[in-house]
Amino acid sequence: MTSATMTSAPSRQPNALIQAFRRNKLSWLGLALLVFIVAIAVFAPLLSPYDPLAQDILHRLEPPSAAHWLGTDTYGRDVMSRLFYGARISLFIGFVAVLIAMTCGSAIGLLAGYFGGLFDQFVMGIVDVMLSFPTLLLGLMIAAMLGASLENLIVAIAITEMAPFARVARAPTISLKQRDFVEAGHALGFSHIRIMGVHILPNMVSDIVVVGSLWMATAIRTEASLSFIGLGVQPPTPTWGGMIREGFENILNSWWLTVFPSLAILITVLALNILGDALRDAIDPKMRSE
Amino acid sequence: MTASGNPLLQIRNLQTEFRVSDAWHAAIQGIDLDVMRNETLAIVGESGSGKSVTALSILRLLPMSGARIARGRILFQDRDLVGLSEREMSGIRGDSIAMIFQEPMTSLNPTMRVGDQIAEAIVIHRGKSWGDARKEALRLLDEVKIPAAAKRMEDYPHEFSGGMRQRVMIAIALACRPKLLLADEPTTALDVTVQAQVLALLNELKTAHDMSVVFITHNLGVVAQIADRVAVMYAGEIVETASVGDLFANPVHPYTEALLRAMPRVDVSAELEPIPGSVPSISGRPEGCNFAPRCQMREPRCSRHPQLSALPGSPGRCARCLVRVDQEQAA
Amino acid sequence: MMRYFIRRLLLAIPTLLAMLTVVFVLVRLVPGDAAVAMLGDQASEANLAALRARLGLDQPLYVQYLGFIGDALRGDLGTSLVSGRPVLEEVANVLPYTLELTAAAMIIGTVFGLPLGVWAALRRNRWEDYFTRLLSLTGLSFPGFVSAILLLLAFAVYLRWLPVMSSASGDPLTHLRNLILPALNLGLIMMAYITRVTRSSMLNVLGEDYVRTARAKGVRPSRLVMRHALRNALVPIVTVVGLYFGTLIGNSVLTEIVFTRPGLGKLILGALNSRDYTLLQGLMIVFASFVILVNIITDLVYSLVDPRVSLSK
Repeated sequence: MTSATMTSAPSRQPNALIQAFRRNKLSWLGLALLVFIVAIAVFAPLLSPYDPLAQDILHRLEPPSAAHWLGTDTYGRDVMSRLFYGARISLFIGFVAVLIAMTCGSAIGLLAGYFGGLFDQFVMGIVDVMLSFPTLLLGLMIAAMLGASLENLIVAIAITEMAPFARVARAPTISLKQRDFVEAGHALGFSHIRIMGVHILPNMVSDIVVVGSLWMATAIRTEASLSFIGLGVQPPTPTWGGMIREGFENILNSWWLTVFPSLAILITVLALNILGDALRDAIDPKMRSE
Repeated sequence: MTASGNPLLQIRNLQTEFRVSDAWHAAIQGIDLDVMRNETLAIVGESGSGKSVTALSILRLLPMSGARIARGRILFQDRDLVGLSEREMSGIRGDSIAMIFQEPMTSLNPTMRVGDQIAEAIVIHRGKSWGDARKEALRLLDEVKIPAAAKRMEDYPHEFSGGMRQRVMIAIALACRPKLLLADEPTTALDVTVQAQVLALLNELKTAHDMSVVFITHNLGVVAQIADRVAVMYAGEIVETASVGDLFANPVHPYTEALLRAMPRVDVSAELEPIPGSVPSISGRPEGCNFAPRCQMREPRCSRHPQLSALPGSPGRCARCLVRVDQEQAA
Repeated sequence: MMRYFIRRLLLAIPTLLAMLTVVFVLVRLVPGDAAVAMLGDQASEANLAALRARLGLDQPLYVQYLGFIGDALRGDLGTSLVSGRPVLEEVANVLPYTLELTAAAMIIGTVFGLPLGVWAALRRNRWEDYFTRLLSLTGLSFPGFVSAILLLLAFAVYLRWLPVMSSASGDPLTHLRNLILPALNLGLIMMAYITRVTRSSMLNVLGEDYVRTARAKGVRPSRLVMRHALRNALVPIVTVVGLYFGTLIGNSVLTEIVFTRPGLGKLILGALNSRDYTLLQGLMIVFASFVILVNIITDLVYSLVDPRVSLSK
């Protein structure tokens, strides 16, 4: 019996996961929607009939028509093309922000849970304080202070989501570190990093990924909200929230300016929520943090 | 002490089915059982034998979906319980038939005071006011020997130990003076000493209230202590019924014999003999006798499914075994 | 109860201090010179110096920090750079509107969310359940401003049942009319959260042994659901409502912006646009303090709802 088999933790089988996911009919809808949106984002240049930045003042504020399926905005730009390109920005920001939050936050939670003691209390104290800030307002504050730009927006959103990941990573770390195989690892002289990385982390990955998908939905919501307030990526770059912000000024007469980006945001967030839910149900029906 | 007169409860050909992967399978079938007045009938069997399902079927407490009573009659006070509406059954539950369960730690509402949980049954079935019902509840708490009952009435379940919670359960069950008490392994989760106390209490109350008890257990020791008659169940069927003395002195069905041999006994020094093999699953029961695959006495004719046959001699004695019934009749 | 409350308040002080520290750090995140950021780089050196002195930016960091903490604990959250009025006064002026909106939203959310969640749990896996789940999932997928805009378009712009702008009004009837759409927006989103957690919590509870005991006692379905099931399902529901509060604040800010309604949300927007960092900082403190307060209240509610939670911790 090698040391690997004696000290490896049991990890969840991917097969059971995929099966459970398949059984849930709703998850197919979520996956389909997400694939649809991602495809639009990826193929935006091919799918867009117009240049999203091209202005055409003669045809400004036109309702949906054959020439412009989703209408034009105050500068005569094609709404549909802007919508497609906006998908790129929103998805990019959401994904990168969550990725950063996931890695940093989970690392913090893992370290805190593993080493325990004062370090743990101190770190979790900070995490708790961060959690007492309303997400949107924290993001708003950070974005306002740093200045509105793509990079700053990603940083702002990432910071707002780090604390939840720290929480999520800490709990299983604490229960896992007391298991026999970790003790065995210590006895065998494995370094802390090895134990954390090879034995504890793989068992948390599925939990973290589930939380990640749900928080990506939140990231996109936050990005849209911040863009709506004016703290997002600056015009003329199209973002869904920004488009709604501009369209809001003309809301009385030009419904298409706000409705289509709204639907885009809704569909994307809904798809991510459905997927996140389905993943969570598949992995652990008891893991309802609600 | 023999009970006499008409049976209080008569079960005829009861079959309860569960849905397992879109197909209905019988958890219990062909159940014929009588419970006489004032008697303690023990239903014995391993887990999976269907003993709990039988009790739950009597009170129609099966899960709403995924379970159904497929056929049979349950006659109680001139009514067939199987055909009653849910509303009519609610009127019977906790009133003329009551049930207590195995896990006292989780069987009480954590957010409701103990006194109120007892009084609730009285309010529902006797229409009394809460004030009057609570007075009665206090009396019941005394009866089940909870010390300082008056103060304890206002406590919540988490402030009681396992044994005391079981007494509270008994008080709840007895609140409306049921004629029949179904007890589903009420002492299994308790320490042995507490178990003895609870059993003694049940016995006392049974005599005091002129009640019949159906006591479900897998523990033959408990059966010996409290039962008047015994029904042995295996794989969803009754395989033997007898008075408690007859069962221990002269078991007929091979499964009963095997159970007795597997039980550690103080009076006889013998080796423990476990029964080889395992209980067939609900969807994997054999065509013939359910026990045949594990039976030392099996013969080729055991591939025909045996009926529960009456045995000569003591009344109410029957066994479901072609081989043994013939032997007994010949003797 | 009162002693517990006071004790919890005292325990929250470290959290409060930590929160103030975080806000302090956040505000100084501004890259470069804060004074320049506020007045623009065309401003004269004299004006910049004056602003720096006013804000205390010319003092060493630790002095600024201690001064900040000391002021905050005394209730002095600074003075608005734009209006010149104390931050606390600005907040107090609009607080009633925000509180009113939040309260209305919570009422709508619970009054409709709880029964819907219970109903879905009782009809588990039937079409009513799937429908409710999809509906609530959609509800909480809306960013607060998106649903607000859609409601605005539907009811104010096209159906014209309700006003587009919900400004302050002395007339109580108009005031109420102005409250409807914003409250509906917040309330529906909250309802989505509550329906979800109620459903899942009820499903957990309905499978518990004590519900079986109650059924075996002859308890009728309505009382079974209310007194035995729902009553025990409340704890996770309370948890979620408490956790949701942060999102609720964010959504109420967005709602106030969309419906042009007076409140803390509009105040924040104004502070952002005019670079009134002092006001912004003060508002952050106010909001975060609210959340901390709500956490304490949630703990209190726990002890009321669950007898196993003792107050003497």
